[in-house]
Amino acid sequence: MSSIIEINNTTVSYRENIAVSNISLTIDEGQFLAIIGPNGAGKTTLLTIINGLGKILSGSARILGIKLTNRTANQIRKEIGYVPQMCSIDPRSPISVKEVVMIGRFGKIGLFRHLNSNDKEIVETAMEVTGIKNLAERPIGHLSGGEQQKVAIARALAQEPRILLLDEPTANLDPKAQREIIDIIERIYKERNLTIVFVTHILSHLPNICTEAILMKQGKIFYKGKIEDALQEDRLSSLYGCPMKYA
Amino acid sequence: MLEILSYKFMQNAITASIIGGASCGIVGVFVIMMRIPFVGVAMSHSAFAGAIFGLVFGTNPLVMAILFCLGSAILIGPISDRSELDPNISIGIIFSIVLGLAFLGMGMIKGPKTEALNFIWGNILMISKNDIILMVIMGIVLLGFLFLFFKEIQSVLFHREIARAVGIPERIVFYSFLILSGMIITLNLNTIGGILIFSLIINPASAAYQITYKLKFIFLLSAIFGVASCLIGLVFSYFFNAPSGAVIIIVSSLIFGVALIFSPKRRVKTNETQSNTS
Ligand SMILES: Nc1ncnc2c1ncn2[C@@H]1O[C@H](COP(=O)(O)OP(=O)(O)OP(=O)(O)O)[C@@H](O)[C@H]1O
Ligand SMILES: [Mg+2]
Repeated sequence: MSSIIEINNTTVSYRENIAVSNISLTIDEGQFLAIIGPNGAGKTTLLTIINGLGKILSGSARILGIKLTNRTANQIRKEIGYVPQMCSIDPRSPISVKEVVMIGRFGKIGLFRHLNSNDKEIVETAMEVTGIKNLAERPIGHLSGGEQQKVAIARALAQEPRILLLDEPTANLDPKAQREIIDIIERIYKERNLTIVFVTHILSHLPNICTEAILMKQGKIFYKGKIEDALQEDRLSSLYGCPMKYA
Repeated sequence: MLEILSYKFMQNAITASIIGGASCGIVGVFVIMMRIPFVGVAMSHSAFAGAIFGLVFGTNPLVMAILFCLGSAILIGPISDRSELDPNISIGIIFSIVLGLAFLGMGMIKGPKTEALNFIWGNILMISKNDIILMVIMGIVLLGFLFLFFKEIQSVLFHREIARAVGIPERIVFYSFLILSGMIITLNLNTIGGILIFSLIINPASAAYQITYKLKFIFLLSAIFGVASCLIGLVFSYFFNAPSGAVIIIVSSLIFGVALIFSPKRRVKTNETQSNTS
């Protein structure tokens, strides 16, 4: 197995604040990796290194075997599905659920091209997998948080990505919606052999198929290894700075 | 009554109404969706400052107006992205700069400033053939941009960050739009003037927004409302000898008012609650 994501000694800052410092990480193709850590640990920032949305201050990254630069970032992003954390959508947006899912396809096919029948098929499948077909014609702003989360996953799937980045996809959802999202993610992982990076700080939301984990704290990687080892009580307690037990 | 159509100035005015109304209507949809209502005001004052400097240096005021507008349009996007400020703030910064420049220039002019002031007031009945040719060219460029890049435009208007994340060249689309709208606004200043163009950009698009959730129809309706405002305004101003710009604005506001009152978006809501309760 070859590594699909290689981050070397990379530092990212938001203006004067350093968010992650000197991080190195390799992720193998087909891996399901969990990123766990308290608020402000740098989990979201780490994802933005992978899809080139973050500003790298020093260090380098190779994604899908391509060195990440301003020039290559756009190309790389087409292969990466990104479900951002709590993405606020204007309730008045004049765009339907189906059109939002199509956006995932728009980037992929590039300028001056229209969706062909194959692309439309891919969009339909993405909506089917995430169970939002019945919402297809509704304006996106009229959906609930959980429904919007499914749309975001469908949009990422429409890219037919090789890497899927999920930033706390189950936050703010009710228990049933959480279960549904986790089931969807598990199914996607089993059916399409892609690489998934899953950010969360709610340990019970980790899908069973997740085998590897990294723990992050204060912009650094605190631990990387098998999920069973990562989730040991004393390790988690020192990560979060309070007594923790993984139920 | 139809003989007014045989006058050259009237033919020009009608052509300008159709092209200007449609292009302002289309630009308005971007402006509304990106929530940068004051971009029109900043652009018109850039044009004014440009025209003033054209007079100061004895060059063509229209050319200078266009150059100033282009400069402003090119700066707004990068200033807001680099400074991480809301685009409205960078529009405000540009606005204050060009206003300062305009006042500076006005102090340097000895003679009359009529040519520059036309950019503020405008008069659709005095539009020239050259103005119309420029408006047509820019109108075609705008339509081309809209048709060629519709899927990218739709994505950027939905969410800039998401558009970028799926690999759409979001910045290029956003900056191109700012530059195009700057050009369109400058060329339409002769028609209705800088102060009033604000409403011709905002009103038709806002009215269209009341009526549908489909972006394509919003563009189409907004263009139609823009044309209607200009044509109806033109007829009224001719027969009642009223300032054309003012009448155009009143008509476009009335269209918005009617769209607001009869907005089907409100009706859908009551239907839904009824079907839920039954
Ligand atoms: N836009 C920003 N401007 C300035 N600082 C930021 C910005 N976004 C994040 N930071 C800082 O960078 C650090 C890492 O933030 P990041 O969003 O990556 O954390 P996170 O692990 O995703 O947290 P959470 O669990 O709350 O989502 C934090 O200290 C935060 O204060
Ligand atoms: Mg985060």
